Amino acid sequence: MSELLACFEGLRAEPDHHPWPRFRVDRERWLALRQGLARDRFALLAEFGEPQEVHAILFDGESLALVVASLACPTGRFPSLAVDHLPAVRFERTLRDLVGLEPEGLFDLRPWLDHGKWPLSRPLASNPGAPEVAFDYAFLPVEGEGLHQIPVGPIHAGIIEPGHFRFTASGETVVRLEERLGWVHKGIEKRLVGLDLESACRIVGRVSGDSTVAFAWAFARAAEAIAGVVPPARAVWLRALMLELERIANHFGDIGAICNDAAFTLIHAHCGILRERVLRAAHEVFGHRLMMDRVVPGGVAVDLDPGGIARLHRLVDELAPAFDKVVSAYDNTPSLLDRTAETGRVSPSLVRRFAAGGHVGRAAGRPFDSRAHLATEPYDDLGFRPVVREAGDVDARVWIRIEEVRESLRLVREILAKLPAGPVRVELPVRAGCGLGVAEAFRGEVLVWLRLDEAGRVRRCYPRDPSWLQWPLLEAAIEGNIVADFPLCNKSFNCSYSGHDL
Amino acid sequence: MAGLIDIFAQGLEMLLVVGLAPLLVGWVRKVKAHVFRRRGPSLLQPYRDLLRLFSKDALLAENASWISRTAPYVVFAAVWVAAALIPTFAAGLVFHWAADLIAIVGLFGLARFALAVAGMDVGTSFGGIGSSREMLLASLAEPAMLMVVFTISLFAGSSQLASIVDFVLAGGIGIRPSLGLALVAVAIVAIAENARIPVDNPATHLELTMVHEAMVFEYSGRHLAMIEAAAAVKLLAWLSLIAAIFLPFGMAPGPHSGFGAMAVGLLAWLAKLAVLATLLGLFEASIAKMRVFRVPEFLGGAFALGVLATVLLFVSRGL
Repeated sequence: MSELLACFEGLRAEPDHHPWPRFRVDRERWLALRQGLARDRFALLAEFGEPQEVHAILFDGESLALVVASLACPTGRFPSLAVDHLPAVRFERTLRDLVGLEPEGLFDLRPWLDHGKWPLSRPLASNPGAPEVAFDYAFLPVEGEGLHQIPVGPIHAGIIEPGHFRFTASGETVVRLEERLGWVHKGIEKRLVGLDLESACRIVGRVSGDSTVAFAWAFARAAEAIAGVVPPARAVWLRALMLELERIANHFGDIGAICNDAAFTLIHAHCGILRERVLRAAHEVFGHRLMMDRVVPGGVAVDLDPGGIARLHRLVDELAPAFDKVVSAYDNTPSLLDRTAETGRVSPSLVRRFAAGGHVGRAAGRPFDSRAHLATEPYDDLGFRPVVREAGDVDARVWIRIEEVRESLRLVREILAKLPAGPVRVELPVRAGCGLGVAEAFRGEVLVWLRLDEAGRVRRCYPRDPSWLQWPLLEAAIEGNIVADFPLCNKSFNCSYSGHDL
Repeated sequence: MAGLIDIFAQGLEMLLVVGLAPLLVGWVRKVKAHVFRRRGPSLLQPYRDLLRLFSKDALLAENASWISRTAPYVVFAAVWVAAALIPTFAAGLVFHWAADLIAIVGLFGLARFALAVAGMDVGTSFGGIGSSREMLLASLAEPAMLMVVFTISLFAGSSQLASIVDFVLAGGIGIRPSLGLALVAVAIVAIAENARIPVDNPATHLELTMVHEAMVFEYSGRHLAMIEAAAAVKLLAWLSLIAAIFLPFGMAPGPHSGFGAMAVGLLAWLAKLAVLATLLGLFEASIAKMRVFRVPEFLGGAFALGVLATVLLFVSRGL
């Protein structure tokens, strides 16, 4: 038995939680979990709360066990996991901001998402409080001779999302980077409360617009798990088709953007053309460039006709040779490789500890890909294999994307050839309960935890973007690099601001 | 009468230099856009940008001193004067005898100094970073340029550009390895001086990677227009300088060589600028920007080439 499951020995899983087990634990077991996290025996994927309860989503990479542990906090306090497990710090700071639960022992009590600008504080608590008083955010102190600070953002010179980066540099070398996020907090979790499934799915699909298929699929999976309904096979395959198209389009965008930050505009221009081709094909076939609202609880909203299949075949046939040219341009430009190789390295041990998924994890030897390990339908019928590299630098993250595009092109071909016949949508019966859904977005695994009431309305929905576990690693990646290489590192991570700030 | 023609020719040159500089910038952009399979903005866009900036209010930081206010004009004036000293379509105009190559290098240095000081004036971290990087580049680019000046003046026996042009036009230099080395060195220095890829990126919006753009971060309105215009004139001046030393063909020998010779010189100059700007655009499109700390090696290469050119010259002359 894996060490993670051993922590719950003798406990009965909650009957209303699907498809992965949820255990109600006491303080003692919660602390045992903290011990396990501290020793890196398993990983924390998310920590979030309801007014009376704190939940931790835990994952063991070896046995592939995924568990939700819940600790009741009648007094509004719980032992902090962050004390021994740093990846939990931002989750727990957010818990304080949103739910008002107090992590005992947490050493960093600065608000994280709440900047003192909301009309109320603790919006998700049963009794929201008066607005937080505006305050000066204290950045971590850095001491040393000749150090200077460079504040960047939250408004940047390009058309990108807002985030503040505080660099402390010694000359050109970055000594420390501290992020401050939360500028695009929209109150999504609060907004979701009380909505019916369809409206909630639309909103979750907009948490991070570039990953709309992944978010909607993860939400649909959670809802279907609660309802006890298996979606029709054709719907599952169509979802995978859309997910891979989304991945291809986004990876094109990322590869181009990374090269553009090294002022190599040629690849940027060509990737822009390739991405546009994917989006146009998606618009023609599915009726929306980003395929928003095409994945719905119970199936998909659009079917694919033979014309659409031919159109997508044509798309893939066009993309493959054009993309090969882009890749050889990347591989044969020493001045570009000189910028990306060895830059922004993240160590494999950090990646493991933070359980960072997607290209950040897979570029540094963490082979996890939820398509192969957690939500395998229909990928196990497609012979899918995750791509892994070891170097952990910008170059490795580019190569992960390149190889994933190739794998996704293959998957699209395979799906188009083997697409099963049948209906694409079923009605979901109304049932109360909790569910957890997973889908592999281009950034990494998206989790959606959902609790429905008897009327089938959302009581609590927690969408977790993969960026939550990647943002902190960006701080580590830039350390020791030069200030001018930050844009390159940042683009190679391409974390979502919107998905993180919620 | 002769004096009038002199002044007319010189005046025409100075006006042309300023008038054509934005077009040259537009041309380089057009070439790059073409490579990237884009349509690109109109060739006249840089003129429109300058017009727009001139018609806007200039905002200055509250704690900006007189340095911030005067620097744009100093920069523009220094660059313009330097450009006036460089033979373009005709050699031996009035100003061409006023100062030599070393003075031109000095004038560019003055412009850079003014901008670097202005970058630090307001005290923002970006301005400081930009100034510090710019001075790092300058301290390496200037010696390299001076080595080239030595090589050329050893050939021509003078550091006066007009004499050098005469000398080259008279067939004084055949194809010499020293000259080739000097050409490469000048090209490298010109790229660094004009903040082009791979040293700097004139089109970047990434605050953290900028050199030249970081220094002018705080400028707006007419101040920014002056700086942008100066940058355009500087690019034109450098391309003209390369053309004057290494490709002086077609240049009218002096202000009194007649209308026909002048016209030929003018056309030749425009053709040379177009070719050089096209090469610049293609080169920029084919290379990524260097890591900041790789730039010293790049410029060090230029310096080494300059030294090599000089040494080779001595060796071949058997001193």
